[in-house]
Amino acid sequence: MKRKSSSSPFLSGIRDGIPIALGYFAVSFTLGIAARKAGLNAPLAGLMSAAMVASAGEFAALGVIEASAPYLEMILTSLVINLRYLLLSCSLSQKFGPETRFFHRFFVGFFVTDEIAGISFAREGHLEPAYVYGAGTISVPAWVAGTVLGVLVGAILPPFLSSALGVALYGMFLAIIIPPARKEKFLAVLVAVSMLCSFAFAYIPGIRTLSSGMRIILITVLLSALAAVVKPRTEEA
Amino acid sequence: MEKSVYLYLLLAAGVIYLIRMLPLTLIRREIKSTFFRSFLFYVPYVTLAAMTFPAILSATSSPISGAAALVVGLLIAFFDGNLFRCAVGCCGAVFLVELFIR
Repeated sequence: MKRKSSSSPFLSGIRDGIPIALGYFAVSFTLGIAARKAGLNAPLAGLMSAAMVASAGEFAALGVIEASAPYLEMILTSLVINLRYLLLSCSLSQKFGPETRFFHRFFVGFFVTDEIAGISFAREGHLEPAYVYGAGTISVPAWVAGTVLGVLVGAILPPFLSSALGVALYGMFLAIIIPPARKEKFLAVLVAVSMLCSFAFAYIPGIRTLSSGMRIILITVLLSALAAVVKPRTEEA
Repeated sequence: MEKSVYLYLLLAAGVIYLIRMLPLTLIRREIKSTFFRSFLFYVPYVTLAAMTFPAILSATSSPISGAAALVVGLLIAFFDGNLFRCAVGCCGAVFLVELFIR
């Protein structure tokens, strides 16, 4: 998906992490606004974002806090909302070179967000942990800063601005999945079918009552398995 | 009983970290099964596509500007492919469309 530049993996990670950082800043800003509503102050909200780095996961966690729900509910909610990271991490585990040390696998886990995982998959060849650290070094602080700022000044951000910034991450998702789909027709079909399913699942009675995180997991498991049967990959991981 | 926000956050963060870290540390060797390799190869495409649509339509203050972001994003991703330009292009599309529909 992407050329491997001559610069160090860490610097490449920082370079590819810049758009992620900008998108994160915008999205976490709205997260900060939600955190304020849930009664969190700026340092606490910043702590939350630094510890979780998960958009849907954090929004869900705020909902649990706001409701003063039982602790068990926090565990179960977090488990379900964030379960797609399990799939992404399984997938990413195959991207490491065989010599990758245990402690790198341990620390890379912290940075498995949709976006950082996305650019990591797009990296040519084996994944260097330094690349992930580079992307995380620039994007996680932006995520935390946006959250804190959202708590502090969220109320004064003009709505048109937060509306425009809110789509930055979707733009990135498209830039990750569309270029390979352009080269390979099967991937293009898979992307289109995934979007259609996701659309349908949002309306089908019964299924639509599932949380959006649960629907994503269902679609991912069903369609990835189907795709693996229809077109097994023999050449690459 | 007064619930502790710290404990809430600790529980959520702990669960999220374990979900992310366990597959990376437990699956140490290359998976040999062609089915599972293929399955895992397709996972990111399906996940990111399903997360983008239809969510992008409700991410802005109007479905029209959300749809504009989707179209512009698809075009930039297809013809250019640059992560940053694609993200900024989507934001710009929303901004412009909302200037007119307000």
